[in-house]
Amino acid sequence: MEAEQIEIAEFLGRYPPFSFLPEKTLNLVAASLEISYYRQGADVYKFGDEIHDLCFIRSGSIEIYRRNGVLYNRLSVGDVFGQLGLLMNNRIRLPSRALEDSLIYFVPETLFNELCDNYDEFAYFVEVDDKRKMNKEIQQKREENDLSSVKVSTLIARPPIMISSDASIRQAASVMTDESVSSLLIYDEIAPVEDFGDSFKHLVGILTDRDLRTRVVSQGVDLDSAVSSVMTQTPKTLDKDTFVFEAMLMMLRFNLHHLPIVENNVPIGVIAISDIVRYESKNSLYIVGLIHRQHSIEELVQVSKDVPSCFVRMVRQESSAQMVGSAMSVIGRSFKQRLLELAEEKLGPPPVPYCFLALGSMARDEQLLITDQDNALILSNDYNPRQHNEYFEALTEFVSEGLDKCGYPYCTGRIMATNPRWRKTISEWRECFADWIDVPNPDALLNSSVFFDLEGVWGKTEWADELYRFIVNRAKNSPKFLASLSRNALLRTPPLGFFKEFVMEKDGEHRRTINLKRRGTAPLVDLIRVHALAVGSTSRNSIDRLDDVIKSGILPDKRGQELKYALEYLAMVRIRHQVEDVEDGSEVDNNIEPDTLSDIERRNLKEAFNVLSNSQRFLKYRYPFS
Amino acid sequence: MARVSDAFSWHEFIRQETASVNSPLLKSFYASQNFSEDLTLDQAEFVALDFETTGLDPKTDEIVSIGLVPFNLKRIKVAEAKHWIVRPKCKLSDDSIVIHGITHSEVSSAPRISEVLEQVLKALEGKVVVVHYQYIERQFLNRAVEGVLGEELWFPMLDTMRLEAMLYRDGWRTKLKRLFGSKLVSIRLVDSRLRYGLPRYHMHSAMTDAIATAELLQAQIRHRFDESVRVTDLWQ
Repeated sequence: MEAEQIEIAEFLGRYPPFSFLPEKTLNLVAASLEISYYRQGADVYKFGDEIHDLCFIRSGSIEIYRRNGVLYNRLSVGDVFGQLGLLMNNRIRLPSRALEDSLIYFVPETLFNELCDNYDEFAYFVEVDDKRKMNKEIQQKREENDLSSVKVSTLIARPPIMISSDASIRQAASVMTDESVSSLLIYDEIAPVEDFGDSFKHLVGILTDRDLRTRVVSQGVDLDSAVSSVMTQTPKTLDKDTFVFEAMLMMLRFNLHHLPIVENNVPIGVIAISDIVRYESKNSLYIVGLIHRQHSIEELVQVSKDVPSCFVRMVRQESSAQMVGSAMSVIGRSFKQRLLELAEEKLGPPPVPYCFLALGSMARDEQLLITDQDNALILSNDYNPRQHNEYFEALTEFVSEGLDKCGYPYCTGRIMATNPRWRKTISEWRECFADWIDVPNPDALLNSSVFFDLEGVWGKTEWADELYRFIVNRAKNSPKFLASLSRNALLRTPPLGFFKEFVMEKDGEHRRTINLKRRGTAPLVDLIRVHALAVGSTSRNSIDRLDDVIKSGILPDKRGQELKYALEYLAMVRIRHQVEDVEDGSEVDNNIEPDTLSDIERRNLKEAFNVLSNSQRFLKYRYPFS
Repeated sequence: MARVSDAFSWHEFIRQETASVNSPLLKSFYASQNFSEDLTLDQAEFVALDFETTGLDPKTDEIVSIGLVPFNLKRIKVAEAKHWIVRPKCKLSDDSIVIHGITHSEVSSAPRISEVLEQVLKALEGKVVVVHYQYIERQFLNRAVEGVLGEELWFPMLDTMRLEAMLYRDGWRTKLKRLFGSKLVSIRLVDSRLRYGLPRYHMHSAMTDAIATAELLQAQIRHRFDESVRVTDLWQ
């Protein structure tokens, strides 16, 4: 007699899409399936295999891969897979492998089709919902342990240890020892307004182990003097609702090891860099840490291979374009710093002080995956070419070659510190910029716009900031210069035709594509730079620059916000496209095919290009070229 | 059936029985069990068999349900699984009802073993029979066949418990453990399955246990044997 499979039916019925089936149908499914056992590591389906069953995981777990071997999804008990293959000509697109010993139930294709035909919810789950379900799962994982969605408050292990600002250094040190903490917050007692309410502790400083070493012991400071004399005053703090990710970026940028977390301006804890590292070890911070621990170019090259996956991972975790750009810039900067450190070890200390400059996207904190190395050198005014040139030639050769090997190829325009033209003393740089600004020539400026985004990454970095202030002061008072710069910013137009249709590349390898960098983000960045220099902003990041520009009030109402959205959107589409390239194992580029976008994506993209187009018109009117 | 000695050959035995047995049903069954000595695990068609009985003594106890499921190394064919409840001659004790979850009304309306024996043997025909702990199925099946047809039925089986025992009971480690009185690794079906990451089933019926046995053999082979091992090297 035919057997009823109550045990199986009961189990299947607990999980969608089977939970949508009536009991009778469920019993039929249970009595119709086949079972197979897969040992850990065994392939369930290889790419291109034929598939004729919907697979249900009864025990164990299964990993689904992309064709290039990159992990796509991880499934466990109660999950189904194979529906994609069943719906697509019975061929396996995404191979599957047992992550653990697994028992799989196979529901035959004919029955699967009947279920799809007869039960809408079942069909909806396996067809329409496939992608959303994946997203949901990714999101669940994200919620579990991801820096960009976890609040810093979750990292706080205990209330902050604090001491009044009039305590002595000795008292402070003994509190730190008793509480075994590596940092101490210093507060001023603020009396309550009038006679009611609580007094509260206003944070005025922070003292760390390191401060005790460098500012107290090594300087021979009297231990009975006030702790406020050696603390770091008005330390940077973050609100408890900030994401861990932002805390991480802040710590990296300002080289902080301890960061007080506040709620309504009252400290509620301190997080240390080690807290974050412990929290998650395979992220950009981890890579930065690794970079600084490598001892040769070869070792750095090994680390650089992890950069694309770090990039992919950040995007998967739905970090904003600004977060991604910032993290990638921190990584790029770290490679430069470590290479310079290694170069100095090899060549000896520099004969005169210098500052290594990053130019372009890295200086703007907007670096993505493929990016030339644009760099230059500021030399001390004591520089003497005959005596010192050899050293800096060797130094820059070493760094440039290292960067090239680590995935930052040589700049085709030779805007690199290896080029003697771009190794100048402080005075020479000032002359050079003064010349560009005072006697503007659009053609000459075309190749030098990258210099107007500069940042010191090593050595006398304060020289870079001084130079930039010099540039800004000079530029904002030179309408002729701004007009020339703005004329250049109009050279690259968004790819929209008269009827707002996309205008795509017509021939060559990238036919029917749009280069999102050349036709989108780059002209936007150019345009923002003009406004930023005009209002005297010393920011380098485009969003920061926009904030300064908006504050100055030169833009028509709401235009600034629109520009921000457009930039974030275009950058994000570009980033997502690069992620797909990485995942497919193809060469990373900036060329998107509008044909492959959804209607909504196409509409948004046109909207963003439209913002660019309008803003370019405004630029022409605002900085007339006579 | 005494211990199978080295000199004993199942092939020889099956050939003799095929010739000498009187019942056409048994003759046909024996003939179907004459597998090639070279039959390998990946070529074989198996059937997992499980009985629920009123007790452990084949002389006094009886079969109350039979579950079987055909399979091979690739797939367990649940769609071809079969399950019978059988009405024993003796009264079902309340104890065994609890164990098997079979109610009195189900049993009272069930057929006698004599009515289903032919269907059972036909479902086993041509397949390598797999059981967990061969003593029960072998003795009770022989007893049932003897009762219905007046002749004995003995044939080789793959015993998943024996395969576990080979791993956990025959080595020098086990002997040491025995010597020092340590607890031995359990080779019961439920515990054996857990070692291979197989799920715990909550219902215990001949049907679920037959499927559980089939899954266990797949797991044992995947973990411990090459697919080109000969079936005759493993059977009992």
